[in-house]
Amino acid sequence: MFRFLVRRVTGALVILLIISAITFWLFYAVPRDPAMMSCGKNCTPENLAQIRKNLGIDHSIPVQYWYWLKGVFAGRDYAGYGYCDAPCFGYSFANNVPVFDTIMDRLPTTLSLAFGAAAVFLVLGVGAGMLAALKQGKFLDKAASSASLLGSSLQIYFVGYIAMYYFVAQLGWLDQPSWTPFTDDPVAWFSGLLLPWLVLAIIFTANYTRMTRSQLVEQLSEDYVRTARAKGLSRANVFFRFAWRGAMGPIVTVFGIDLGTLIGGAIITEQTFSLPGIGRLAVKSVDQSDLPMLLGVTILAAGAIVFFNIIVDAVYALIDPRIRLA
Amino acid sequence: MTSTDQQPFLSVRDLKVHFSTEDGIVKAVDGLSFDLLKGKTLGIVGESGSGKSVTNLAILGLHDRDRTAIEGEVVLDDKELLTASERELERLRGNKMSMIFQDALASLSPYHTIGKQISETYRKHTGASKSQARARAIEMLRRVGIPQPEVRVDDYPHQFSGGMRQRAMIAMALVCDPELLIADEPTTALDVTVQAQIMDLLKDLQQEFGTAIIFITHDLGVIADIADDVLVMYGGRCVERGTKKEVLRSPQHPYTLGLLSSMPSLDHPVDVPLNPIPGSPPSLLNPPTGCRFHPRCTFAEKVEGGLCSTEQPPLEVTNGRGSACHLTADQRAEYFSDLAGSAAN
Repeated sequence: MFRFLVRRVTGALVILLIISAITFWLFYAVPRDPAMMSCGKNCTPENLAQIRKNLGIDHSIPVQYWYWLKGVFAGRDYAGYGYCDAPCFGYSFANNVPVFDTIMDRLPTTLSLAFGAAAVFLVLGVGAGMLAALKQGKFLDKAASSASLLGSSLQIYFVGYIAMYYFVAQLGWLDQPSWTPFTDDPVAWFSGLLLPWLVLAIIFTANYTRMTRSQLVEQLSEDYVRTARAKGLSRANVFFRFAWRGAMGPIVTVFGIDLGTLIGGAIITEQTFSLPGIGRLAVKSVDQSDLPMLLGVTILAAGAIVFFNIIVDAVYALIDPRIRLA
Repeated sequence: MTSTDQQPFLSVRDLKVHFSTEDGIVKAVDGLSFDLLKGKTLGIVGESGSGKSVTNLAILGLHDRDRTAIEGEVVLDDKELLTASERELERLRGNKMSMIFQDALASLSPYHTIGKQISETYRKHTGASKSQARARAIEMLRRVGIPQPEVRVDDYPHQFSGGMRQRAMIAMALVCDPELLIADEPTTALDVTVQAQIMDLLKDLQQEFGTAIIFITHDLGVIADIADDVLVMYGGRCVERGTKKEVLRSPQHPYTLGLLSSMPSLDHPVDVPLNPIPGSPPSLLNPPTGCRFHPRCTFAEKVEGGLCSTEQPPLEVTNGRGSACHLTADQRAEYFSDLAGSAAN
């Protein structure tokens, strides 16, 4: 298991390196000159050359990438702008701050949103799916299946605004979505995020209900489940320790991808509920043509996906001994 | 069946298993009766879909209760099984009666070690401690001939070879010394040498514990090896039954005869093609009228008045020997004499 993890992590680092190189090249190949933007109205060619030198963009792209990469581990001095401590993922000239600091500032919002919603939709989705699988073809199954079809056809910006209109403005049951750090006021943190969690959960739950149901129905008809019954094990025991064990794999896989995606930036959700997370940061950076920031966000998003993939692989190996490689 | 003075350990009376499907009712088993004594082996033979496996799943109560209608009586050692509660059945399964399934790779849990799968059955029924159950699992693995059982006990099924998996399956089925063992084609997926080893193992274990065995197969060679009595199923019904010798040496039903003459034998001339039964097994959704075998039967026109297509021949049993066919005894003696007998050696 340890060797398995070491191999996966090494592979992930290589992938991240490749992603960062490609992203870097793509972004800097864009004909938008950051020096020009930072230079202002009274821009002389001398000024421009100086700024270029300070920004470190007077070099070729591979050399720039090398400096950038070095900055990640050793920090970097942007003469005339400031020093960027390691890990330095670049410097936002548009806002005069290191990229890493801004991302770290925004990350708690996105993490709270993602993990909170994930907890809700995982519990609801898997729970409903299990009930549907147990009551195959009965009323409960049909109700869960119809509800999940409805849920999966909804969109955040639609449900989000309707929910805000009814539950916040009209009925006053829930608070207007807002961001308060957990460490400042846990109650405000919770009440500010409750509506976004529920709305995200409505949309994601459906997928988990359907997946859990179909996986379980399939597993319950497997021969080894029948064998477990033939040994005299009880229905509940067989359901949870055999069928559910087999059903978990695909669900864990999709859950990992969903979490990674949410952490890489739930752009529409954060925009809908005006939450200052990574997603809104990305939108803002696009507006400002803040390439270093956008590069940082992109790498974070890629990193989140890669990270959760490793987690998924490890969990998968725990669930299914056939996956474990010596 | 052979000796009538002994009380049967398992008694099945007029068992009917019907499934409701979208297309209608499938009569998978339609009126089956048999008895089984302790220490004896009943071989059930038939093509795929003849109701062999369904019968045995119904005995264990492992059918889908929502979609299955069951009638009849199944009495195991004075205990009626069809009306027993789920809880009572759970106590019996794996304990007093257990089952070996055909495909050991699919039938063993890929998520638990062999040892765990054997010992949990033991713990469930005996309340033994973890270490006792583990010791028992190792002992069972040794008994079924797994080398280094104290090491292999912690392996997962995918680390075992096909033959070893089947042995582990047998060890699992026998861990509580069951009095009834149902073996559903336990050797079909194995090569012939492993098959022979498994058969020997089952015979040894039967001698040791006096287990009653129901052996389901479509392989008459296997029947010749292991069975005491034989029951031939066709289309969800018993068409012929008797001792192994009676059924294999002097079959009384055209279907049994067809099965026997479609088997290759060592003295079969190589240039003469095998002699399969024409046609295919009947649809149980819409079975043929009269005798279910009549569309494939070469003797159907020999019966007067087209009786075969209109009337179900009754299964007449005397002293455990019987067949369900409209042919008269004289006709059978005339038509069957030169064809049968090769498999009983």
